[in-house]
Amino acid sequence: MLDFITGPLFIISLAVFVIGLLARAVMYVRGLDARLERVAYSYHTDRSIPGALVSIFKWLVPGGTSGWRAQPVAAVLFFILHFGAVLIPLFLLGHTVLLETYVGISLPSLPGGVADVLAIMALSGLVLLALRRLSSPALRQLNSGQDWLILLLTFLPFATGLMARFDGGAYQTWMIAHVLSGELFLLLAPFTKLSHIVLFFMSRAQIGMDFAIKRGGATRGGAFPW
Amino acid sequence: MSELLCTPTPVTTKEGILELLKDKGGAQYYSQMKEMKVDQEALARDLEQTCKSRTRTWLSVCAHCAMCADSCFFYRTNNNDPTQIPSYKIQVTLGELLRRKGKVDAEFMIKCMDAAWGKCTCCNRCAVYCPHGIDTGVMFSYLRGILFKHGFIPWEMKIGSGMHRVYGAQMDVTEEDWIETCEWMVEEHQEEWPELEIPVEKENADVMYVLNAREVKHYPDDIAQAAILFHVTDTNWTVPREGWENTSLTMFAGDWEGCSQNVKRIYAAIDRIKPKVVVGTECGHAHRATVVEGPYWAGQESGDPPVRFMHYVEWVAEMLRTGKLKIDPAKKLKMPCTLQDSCNYVRNHGLGMATREIMSYIAEDFREMDPKGDHNFCCGGGGGLNGIGLYRKERNIGLKNKLDQIHATGAEMVITPCHNCWDAIRDMMEVYEEHNIKWSFLKPLLVDMLIIPDHIPHNEV
Repeated sequence: MLDFITGPLFIISLAVFVIGLLARAVMYVRGLDARLERVAYSYHTDRSIPGALVSIFKWLVPGGTSGWRAQPVAAVLFFILHFGAVLIPLFLLGHTVLLETYVGISLPSLPGGVADVLAIMALSGLVLLALRRLSSPALRQLNSGQDWLILLLTFLPFATGLMARFDGGAYQTWMIAHVLSGELFLLLAPFTKLSHIVLFFMSRAQIGMDFAIKRGGATRGGAFPW
Repeated sequence: MSELLCTPTPVTTKEGILELLKDKGGAQYYSQMKEMKVDQEALARDLEQTCKSRTRTWLSVCAHCAMCADSCFFYRTNNNDPTQIPSYKIQVTLGELLRRKGKVDAEFMIKCMDAAWGKCTCCNRCAVYCPHGIDTGVMFSYLRGILFKHGFIPWEMKIGSGMHRVYGAQMDVTEEDWIETCEWMVEEHQEEWPELEIPVEKENADVMYVLNAREVKHYPDDIAQAAILFHVTDTNWTVPREGWENTSLTMFAGDWEGCSQNVKRIYAAIDRIKPKVVVGTECGHAHRATVVEGPYWAGQESGDPPVRFMHYVEWVAEMLRTGKLKIDPAKKLKMPCTLQDSCNYVRNHGLGMATREIMSYIAEDFREMDPKGDHNFCCGGGGGLNGIGLYRKERNIGLKNKLDQIHATGAEMVITPCHNCWDAIRDMMEVYEEHNIKWSFLKPLLVDMLIIPDHIPHNEV
């Protein structure tokens, strides 16, 4: 059983994840329309490329934009979740070993203590974000099934992974649950709001290009001051 | 009343405009709107053909994080009403329209109209505060286009679109009226400025000036002031006979065809006159419609206008910087002043530097609003909202945000180089009974403060 779910099922899930997200990104770009959207995407690349990059990178830094600074609670929760949510799947020792075995790519791995902290932070972030969804009047107006789905899809691998890490007695059970929930995450990512894994970069690049090409790139003296 | 006033067909005749105007406040118009049939198939087709991955992704990837809420002055001034969150507003209108693939009724379309014109001024501030960069203002503008096509637009927007289509201007000002007003203003000021002139259709002039029909109809002194400022800076300038008006109620109305007609009319004037640059009057949405969005409506692939096209504040900043316009230091504004950042040319065209450069020459005590520049709030009346009677109450509530900002600066004067912002500030002072704060365009202030060069004949009158 473990062989199958860490073998072929893992490959399938990873393939769906990678190909699916790639497809979402490609479809996004192909669906852009300079005329309909009134943004001359292929012009002024001297401005649009820096504009796209600034638009992306400023938002990847804690407090890097007025948006983050105006919403400190949301910002903190976002970053404590995403530091772990990005770094653990990629650089946890247990994962890098798998990647090397199956794909031949060798990534550096996180020290055990750091990984523990990041994973606990990520789990806390998820729980607090769920609480925020339940308690904020603004979010209660907006919440949808999809929002809860992706919180759950992300919660399960982290919770089961940490349990496997700390509960030696039921290790095998937690590992099966962890692998299955991880694969569920991978399988569903391209078809849910988890697709923001690539679409965040797409939409941020687009708005950065818009402001650089059309809305002040020539007159502002630099990229938009997010 | 037998006349069918509310239809999806744009108004293209004088008679059509007059019929609409006769219907006070649009009473019949709105009543007919409730009975208007929605062409669901055409609507589905329109959405399919014009709503692509940018907008669909915006709507589907939205994380419902509510970071856009506090960015919106409607949310703030309505006691943080969750139904005023930008994400919510667009999801229950355009989002729902797409989910239902156009299978909606008149009641739904009217609800969309109420949001698109009564709950959003398309100021684009939410785009700046969304982690994904989702621009709800752009989506509401897109929705306005869909609503215009199907006839569900506010009464004044229908009239405004008709005005542009019939008169080539936002008001019923004919070419004759326009030229006569220029001549009249020169006459009125000839005694004081003997060599003042307003050259019309002067080929190869350095500057072609375009303006707002309101100035012709209601504030002609603005035209005289513009002429004086060109005069004292020795500017080789002209105005077109046709294509002189660069505002765009058509843009507010979602009438993209009308927008295209307007822009092409102005670009045709550029073609005829071949100026080095075009300068537009102090109007925010005119700049957005003609310089930012305009090139696309005119089929310019690069998104650039055919020749350098400045907003008035760019021209003034240049004149001050190069010393062509000199300010008498004794006449600088001493009272505390603040500066309105008009969304359409500051956040959406980066001209906040130019306005601040001007302030450094004309004001001794300049206090910035908070937030300022690209992050400043809409005046509360943009996107056509100032002119829409149906949403006057909603607008007046929204104005409070900008008034609070002004109060916080301690300023007694607001410099506001934009017609809509000017109106909004005028109205907020009246609505909230604030009698101690003045507001002004740049032109009258500059004319009062300028040092007349020796070679310009001038008589004290």
